[in-house]
Amino acid sequence: MKFLDYAPAPESQALLSLKSDYGLFINGDFTAGRGTPFQTINPATEQQIAMIATANEADVDDAVAAARHAYDGVWSRLSGSDRGKYLFRIARLVQERARELAVAETLDNGKPIKETRDVDIPLVAAWFFYYAGWADKLDHAGVGPNPASLGVAAQVIPWNFPLMMLAWKIAPALAAGNTVVLKPAETTSLTALLFAEILQQADLPAGVVNIITGDGSTGATLVNHPGVNKVAFTGSTAVGRAIARSVAGTDKKLSLELGGKGANIVFDDAPIDQAVEGIVRGIFFNQGHVCCAGSRLLVQESIHDDVIDRLKRRMQTLRLGDPLDKNTDIGAINSAEQLARIRELSDLGEQEGAERWSADCVIPENGFWFAPTIFTNVSTSHRIARDEIFGPVLSVLTFRTPAEAIAKANNTPYGLSAGIWSDKGSRILAVADKLRAGVIWANTFNQFDPSSPFGGYKESGYGREGGRHGLAAYLKPAVRTGSRSIAAADHRTLSVSKKSASAGKKSASAEKAAK
Amino acid sequence: MNRLAIPKTYKLYIGGKFPRSESGRVYEVLSHTGDFLANAAKGSRKDARDAVVAARNALGGWAGATAYNRGQVLYRIAELLEGRRAQFIAEIMSCEGVNAAVASAQVDEAIDRWVWYAGWADKYVQVAGNANPVSGPFFNLSVPEPTGVVAIIAPQGTESLLGLVSAIAPALVAGNTVVVVANENAPLSAISLAEVLATSDVPGGVVNIVTGSPTEIAPWLATHADVNALDLVGAGDLDWVELQISAADTLKRVLPPETGADAAAPALNRILAFTEVKTVWHTKAIL
Repeated sequence: MKFLDYAPAPESQALLSLKSDYGLFINGDFTAGRGTPFQTINPATEQQIAMIATANEADVDDAVAAARHAYDGVWSRLSGSDRGKYLFRIARLVQERARELAVAETLDNGKPIKETRDVDIPLVAAWFFYYAGWADKLDHAGVGPNPASLGVAAQVIPWNFPLMMLAWKIAPALAAGNTVVLKPAETTSLTALLFAEILQQADLPAGVVNIITGDGSTGATLVNHPGVNKVAFTGSTAVGRAIARSVAGTDKKLSLELGGKGANIVFDDAPIDQAVEGIVRGIFFNQGHVCCAGSRLLVQESIHDDVIDRLKRRMQTLRLGDPLDKNTDIGAINSAEQLARIRELSDLGEQEGAERWSADCVIPENGFWFAPTIFTNVSTSHRIARDEIFGPVLSVLTFRTPAEAIAKANNTPYGLSAGIWSDKGSRILAVADKLRAGVIWANTFNQFDPSSPFGGYKESGYGREGGRHGLAAYLKPAVRTGSRSIAAADHRTLSVSKKSASAGKKSASAEKAAK
Repeated sequence: MNRLAIPKTYKLYIGGKFPRSESGRVYEVLSHTGDFLANAAKGSRKDARDAVVAARNALGGWAGATAYNRGQVLYRIAELLEGRRAQFIAEIMSCEGVNAAVASAQVDEAIDRWVWYAGWADKYVQVAGNANPVSGPFFNLSVPEPTGVVAIIAPQGTESLLGLVSAIAPALVAGNTVVVVANENAPLSAISLAEVLATSDVPGGVVNIVTGSPTEIAPWLATHADVNALDLVGAGDLDWVELQISAADTLKRVLPPETGADAAAPALNRILAFTEVKTVWHTKAIL
């Protein structure tokens, strides 16, 4: 064994007892889907883990009907404190079964066990715990006294943080009094189905949460279902646009968490070693499968060479391999499809003239892998500086003045995240003011917390998840009528007369959506 | 013998100036009894685009002004409106066919509403922002910021001045800049409001007013990539679903049409609809 070689330290799979087939979770029970089942594989080995059901249109109908029935019959009549008690139960059950969920997530997603164990699953529990306490305090949510729930929420989530995204969606929806139909991503359905078992253990009333699996067409059917009142989507900007088009003209409330091309700005007075850690955390955390990744490094020209040298040295110590190994830093790319996209954009980077460098890694024989890679000599017009790669690929650009850093950071249609590294607090706050991004990390990166709102500007979407603001996505103000004058202005709803305005337009929009 | 009056030429208001439409087109504005009142400029696609450029250029200064300053500038507009009450009342009476009492009540409500919104400029951040108790050594603060350039289709019904004020004032409070398509049939209040704005302290380009056909102009604003939000409050008679679908291409924030007596009623939510919440994390040293 050489220096920095570690003995294998794989996490045990013994506490996991998976089924060979998983059905849909509708109305409190698992049922067989009526579409064609598909296999979910371990992206680190390409071995099948289980077969997963596909929900067809009739299944989506059933799920929405179950959610509606549960909303009308049970959930909307329950007191806030009782809703909260269910959420507290769920939080505790997630904590109790945390290791099992972490192992399952790592198997199905390919991300390192140290991330699922220390980040994903603890945040799932924290999210439910946080929103549990909100359920009986909604008067303070910021939408006025006695706010109303929306009804049935259709939620479609991505594969990069499967169970964490589920928690971000389900916890605030239930706290606010809505019922849910959730569709996990095709390649990462497993932990959502284990979560369904947790809901059974929690004795959550049947139909309050329904989980349906399948590919994008199942998601589209769900989002376009006339029986849903709320659509929440996290995923690509292209799909987000399509959803925004399809819900246009309807009363469905929409929130979108879409792509990003986050700038990580390093000033010459930054603590360089900390900044290098932050750069690594920004782009190599979760193999770069992070919508808020710091995928563009903007480094002040005077320290460029030093930062890049230190970054390369640090990258050489990253350990790529078995995601279940407790010492692994870089796991598997989630799918062959995603690997192909990362390769395509990286090859394009080289063709456009940027300089490519990858850490020396032994790439395992099976599975989908991509070595941590940086591009230097990148210009703002390069595709690798503009397009979201969603992989462990960093584009390095330089700047001379704060104004140039701000201009380059904002030179993107996205606006999700940004990082600032500097020892000067006044400069950090001034730069933060001017960045058009929803989340800004100063001298840190990729931090998440249930109390902290997360979401984008511009084409990174709209609405916030997390914190008090995250509740607003699932609530509407109490309908008040009366004087239109300023005396009655407090907490007035904006949608008083929307329905009358939209009557007669809906059928037209439904036709358009069908196209 | 009565003195021969001097009629006003009604033009567009873009970037703090009063250009005619680049298209050279005008349309007749008639009183409620069908008498000729004025030839208003019939704004074009290019006028709308010029207005967006002006709004974008003005954004940095307006959004970057202190909240206290923005509040004072907005309040100043109310002061000037108060001084021009008679003119607005006369225009509303001739355009909308209402009596002096009704017209006067509309102007009063418009001025009071402007003052109500002006007072929010240095408060909405406190009400809608948050300090977040995250689990870790971080200072974590969420604040709403202006969305950017907001395109508005002004209410098209009666109450032309009140409708316009109700639509533009809330967008301005947070520091957005505005391109508004005026009430097509009753545009006189809009242009007179532009004269108020031009003589107030509002920087040129912060409010841009285009008169003409909303049916013609709205699609260009809905698809314009430099418009961040679209307020369809007065678009109820247009194919607004199509406008909303177009706006999805650039993921604009869209407010739907409103009709009835409560349309565009004053609300904090109307300010917040054109804001984005920014969350800043800053490390704390471990002492």
